[in-house]
Amino acid sequence: MSAGGIVPQRTFQEAARATLANAQMRRNLQHATTTIREKRLRAVAELPDWEDLRIQGAAIKDHVMANLGDYLLDLEAAVKARGGHVHWARDALEAREIVAGIASSHGAREVIKVKSITTDEIELNGGLAERGIHAIETDLAELIVQLSEDLPSHILVPAIHRNRAEIRDLFRRKLGAELLTDEPKQLAEAARLYLREKFLTTKVAVSGANFAVAETGTICVVESEGNGRMCVTLPEVLVSVMGIEKVLPTWQDMAVYLQLLPRSSTAERMNPYTSFWSGVTPGDGPQEFHLILLDNGRTDVLADEVGRQTLRCIRCSACLNVCPVYERAGGHAYGSVYPGPIGAILTPQLLHLENKNANTLPWASSLCGACYDACPVKINIPEVLLYLRGKITEDRPLSAEDTLFKTAAWVMSEPHRFEGAIKLARTGQGPLVKQGAIHALPGMLGGWTDTRDLPAFPPQTFREWWRGRPAPAMRGTEGNAQASEGQPLAPQREERSI
Amino acid sequence: MSAESRLDILTRINRARAREAQPFVRVPVRPSTRPHGDVVEQFAEYAAEYRANVVRVDAGGLPGAIRDALAARGSERVVIPPDLPTAWLPAHLPVTGDQPGTTDLTAFQAVVTGCAAAVAESGTVVLDHGPGQGRRALTLVPDHHVCVVWEAQVVDGVPEAVARLAESVRAGRPLTWISGPSATSDIELSRVEGVHGPRALDILIVGD
Repeated sequence: MSAGGIVPQRTFQEAARATLANAQMRRNLQHATTTIREKRLRAVAELPDWEDLRIQGAAIKDHVMANLGDYLLDLEAAVKARGGHVHWARDALEAREIVAGIASSHGAREVIKVKSITTDEIELNGGLAERGIHAIETDLAELIVQLSEDLPSHILVPAIHRNRAEIRDLFRRKLGAELLTDEPKQLAEAARLYLREKFLTTKVAVSGANFAVAETGTICVVESEGNGRMCVTLPEVLVSVMGIEKVLPTWQDMAVYLQLLPRSSTAERMNPYTSFWSGVTPGDGPQEFHLILLDNGRTDVLADEVGRQTLRCIRCSACLNVCPVYERAGGHAYGSVYPGPIGAILTPQLLHLENKNANTLPWASSLCGACYDACPVKINIPEVLLYLRGKITEDRPLSAEDTLFKTAAWVMSEPHRFEGAIKLARTGQGPLVKQGAIHALPGMLGGWTDTRDLPAFPPQTFREWWRGRPAPAMRGTEGNAQASEGQPLAPQREERSI
Repeated sequence: MSAESRLDILTRINRARAREAQPFVRVPVRPSTRPHGDVVEQFAEYAAEYRANVVRVDAGGLPGAIRDALAARGSERVVIPPDLPTAWLPAHLPVTGDQPGTTDLTAFQAVVTGCAAAVAESGTVVLDHGPGQGRRALTLVPDHHVCVVWEAQVVDGVPEAVARLAESVRAGRPLTWISGPSATSDIELSRVEGVHGPRALDILIVGD
């Protein structure tokens, strides 16, 4: 299987150790998240009813989840009535086969793609490549990621960890572009030239879907560059892959999300381009349209009363941009196409809490709650994180850590035991201390230092210092205390005469 | 395979027994209470902030404004939807009416269209590809888009625009929402205009 997808190859802790060492990535990320964070606050403040919109955004999604089967059937009927085809895919493999089957039936060796995290989730590009079909990413950032054989690191700006010099070298090497400078304008122009030919000549396009309206069978794709418009308009055949949670009941409901999404994600009043289409339109756009409804673990999430709210997510990435853990560890540390706080709850759930590496993700958080405050559909991410931590650990046998804490409780219950233990630790820590801290404890204790450094025991404890201190001159204080004890208390307030 | 998957997924959804905590209530669309002049003014301001070139004209000045907008960017090969009102265009302007299926859109530098609605709160122009707006590719491939917006078409907020467009959507029309020219911020978050869509957008707001 190709790289990407939602199955982490390592634990978060292992992966974060590697990404934290990448200073360039950290600098880029910090610049990006700080910029978007500040802009977002301004964009949100412009709407006087922002909190009401968040409540509506959450309520509509909860209503959809409560009636998901009905709305999916309505959507299916509406798309078919407009001349489209609807497919259902239980998992990634089925979805990939449906797309490959459609492309093959048109003899396509190349397909163009609109950026879509859902198609990354099902590892579509790799799946198509196995069948000799090359998928070309048309979003500038996705193109950069694809050409550099890298992985996206952010939902919204997937190549945010790359700087302009790296991109120039990449375009020179892979596109043969003659670039005099590394100005973003020139780099974008090189991509435009390369992709325009693809847009005009490729027969089959694949997109995701930001929303789908059950009432009218209308699919929505939100973007900035126009590559989305190109893909959903110019080819003869269009295939859209959407998670089943993306359905909305009515056209009117779009209004809520068209306000929530751009302001939360790019901090704009509106993204440059939004395309809506319902089935096929004679004489305009693709004359063959396929919608693939993807489960891939979502019905399991739906079945969980606490975890269910995760399915409200509209993939805006606001939670990433406010997360202190994401800002430092970077998207790659999460090992999934869904990084950041939302990834920390979505990825393990989509994998039914059965993947050991994914199950470390709910600990990739300081539980500061910034993600919950930023979420436009009010997903209580900290609540779900804690809930998942509980579920993951509930059936676990007594661990080294549990034994350690039990012993610590016994040691600390008697002063002489505690002091003895400290002395012992101070002598024993010698070889472990480097620059005043312990970076790796040996054996079973190692778990503690996997994710944090332990300060070294100081050369003297407080109790030792206290016993050895010179006798203080505290007479005055004692005298005052005695004097005040002897006095009757002053009345707290005057008694009122009536 | 798909039929079996369909049944499977629907069964799993039913078994999930997701219930609603509270009855679901939709908030009705609140109509704007501001004077329409202020709404139009804000649309002009916000569209300009998206680096669209915004010009305000009265109906009589429209043909001149279109000529100026095309001349300012040196656009000589101009394509229009076949049903664009001829009164909008300046006399003797060489234009080509689009014939879907035969017209090569890459041969044109500019396109002139109308729109279905415009939104002040977000600086957005909406095309429903009805009369005077052409097929979707028409406003996508040429590098320069001149869009005519009548003041009466401007609404205050997104919910009003959505309500106004409901009929088009129910009729199965595609929609294109445009907020400024094509743009990307993918390289170090620096904004670059014109990646794939038109690099230049002129919005002509016509007084009633």
